[in-house]
Amino acid sequence: MRPGLAALDYDVAHLSGALVLLAAFGLIYQRRLPGMINLFALQSAALGSAAAWQAWVQDASQLYVTAAIVWSLKAGAVPLGLHWLIHRLQTTRAVETVIGIGPTMLAAVALVALAIVLVTPIGADRSALTREELALALSVILLGLLIMITRRHAVSQVIGFMCIENGVTLAVVGVKGMPLVVEMSVAFSVMVACILFGIFFFHIRERFDTLDLHFLESFRGEDR
Amino acid sequence: MSALAVMLLVPTAAAIALALAPGGVFAALINVGASLATLAASLVVLADRPAPTELWLIDDLNAYLIVLTAFVMTTTAVFSGGYMGHEVAAGRLSAGALRTYHALYQALNAAMLLAMAANNVGLLWVAIEAATLITVIMVSLYRTREAIEAAWKYFILASVGIALALFGTVLVYLAAQPVIGGGLEAMAWTVLQARAAGFSPAVLDLAFVFLLVGYGTKVGLAPVHAWLPDAHAEGPTPMSAVLSGLLLNVALYALLRFKMVLAGSRAAGTPGPLMIGLGLVSLLFAGLMLYRRRDLKRFFAYSSIEHMGIMTFAFGIGGGLANFAGLFHMAAHSLAKSSIFFAVGGISQVKGTREIAALSGLTASHPALGWGLVLAVVAIAGAPPFGLFTSEFLIVSSSFAHAPALTAVFMLGLLVGFAALVLRVQHIAFGAATPSHAGTAHQATTVVPLYTHVGLVLIAGLWLPAPLAGWFAAIARLLG
Repeated sequence: MRPGLAALDYDVAHLSGALVLLAAFGLIYQRRLPGMINLFALQSAALGSAAAWQAWVQDASQLYVTAAIVWSLKAGAVPLGLHWLIHRLQTTRAVETVIGIGPTMLAAVALVALAIVLVTPIGADRSALTREELALALSVILLGLLIMITRRHAVSQVIGFMCIENGVTLAVVGVKGMPLVVEMSVAFSVMVACILFGIFFFHIRERFDTLDLHFLESFRGEDR
Repeated sequence: MSALAVMLLVPTAAAIALALAPGGVFAALINVGASLATLAASLVVLADRPAPTELWLIDDLNAYLIVLTAFVMTTTAVFSGGYMGHEVAAGRLSAGALRTYHALYQALNAAMLLAMAANNVGLLWVAIEAATLITVIMVSLYRTREAIEAAWKYFILASVGIALALFGTVLVYLAAQPVIGGGLEAMAWTVLQARAAGFSPAVLDLAFVFLLVGYGTKVGLAPVHAWLPDAHAEGPTPMSAVLSGLLLNVALYALLRFKMVLAGSRAAGTPGPLMIGLGLVSLLFAGLMLYRRRDLKRFFAYSSIEHMGIMTFAFGIGGGLANFAGLFHMAAHSLAKSSIFFAVGGISQVKGTREIAALSGLTASHPALGWGLVLAVVAIAGAPPFGLFTSEFLIVSSSFAHAPALTAVFMLGLLVGFAALVLRVQHIAFGAATPSHAGTAHQATTVVPLYTHVGLVLIAGLWLPAPLAGWFAAIARLLG
């Protein structure tokens, strides 16, 4: 750690982590798909900044690579691809939620509280920074799950999934010395997953004429 | 080049070759040949075990699973040759889809072997993620409404599970990092296990919950099992055999490894109750759900959930005997369940349907297939003298000393599942024969792997060679 910067270290790390969480709340609030995609890009950009800051603070050059991957893939290529997809598929712009925005927000706040409670026992033998980063990361993961549960549209479910991925990456960034090989391969598999998601959109659209997934609720295979 | 490298590179190379080469009969032969070569390499790995390195680890636990995987992949490749050829001939699949299928089959082989041979928690995660993505494409192969729905459901649920497992993996690293220091060392199984005593138990507790929910999704444990029956039913049948028989085992293997790490730490008490609980819920839930199934493949998919529950319960109880039984059950279930899917594949082709209500009198119209199914179902139901009876008996007797009340619940679950299986197979195998699909006879590629597997499960139930039993016991002690 560089001398004299300890307080600033905390503040900037908190700021970027909190921005990621704030964007997750934004995703829960946002009904329109293009808005959700932009918020996801914003979240990824904040995540990239968090990685770059940790790279500088920890003197860990491999985290710069992580930051570059996050900025170029998650803040750049994936949102652009999703914008192109919803334009191409002419899908509905506003998304129906399963429960209203208000109750969902309350649930989200409860989940953040849960995350803080869960990580409290950690930290007796650890710096406060890691513990709080972990609380933020866990909150983002839980909010991602909530988004996936409350949205019916295929594209917004995918955004929820990538919000979970961002939460995991935030945790990876906050832990010292995680080997780069792992992050690279994780990034690669996420990229493959995204391409698959894209292909599936076309298949679902072709078979069902919609990307609204309420049909999955009625589908129990044989019990139709 | 070491045998381990050959074992991993052969299926990888075969996957690339099969993706590039034109399909046809040769593709099926290459598929069988590559699986056989992989099996041979895995046997060499078993006989001449390489020392653990920074990335690779072969020990008692995974050596046995690796050989089992390579073996079932080989017999399934034989079955798949005849089965998929018939699907294409019947016009249900295009030649292009068949080519994709063969390439994915070998890629899945490589991914599962990589997951088990890796001495690195990150590499294991990446391999399981790869195996998941591969099977997602396989499930969607038929491109029907149902197949796309099933594949999407599988994709979403498994991806979320895998993401949670990654978070759990990061937490394990977080626990290890202050003790071991950063880098690849802190992700190696060998190092993690050796130095677990110094890890923070609070972090490990939290980590295991995420790992259990995450990898548990891939195992097919009850609250997070929803993808499993659909994926089994809508994908090609050889893939169902491999999914049930092997991929579920790979995910359970990952959980066992993490349990071994926890066993050496101050958080040793955490995994047991959680695994017992999830195992029992899966067993009871799947047992009851068996009664409502109308589709034959879905029926046996629920039976897989039931058996994964039995294994999870056994490993949750822990101790030498229960672990021994759990490991034995893993192997016996792999062989029996894949043989059932071979039979189901053959039956659905000769009868042209998978509706349980429309199937009857198979032993009269197709004796080889019908009796094969009866034997395999008797084996999977856990009746003597098959191997699954031995393992279930051992689980019951070891858990009875540990927790009599839980054992009663466990036995109730076993009985519920047993009755459902007997009820259905009686209807399918005996009674008045229903008309067959014109122009299809059962194939030797179905019957030979089917009876091979059933025979092995029978032998395992009657006589377990002393070196093999000693070996299982050694692993059981490792598990703690």
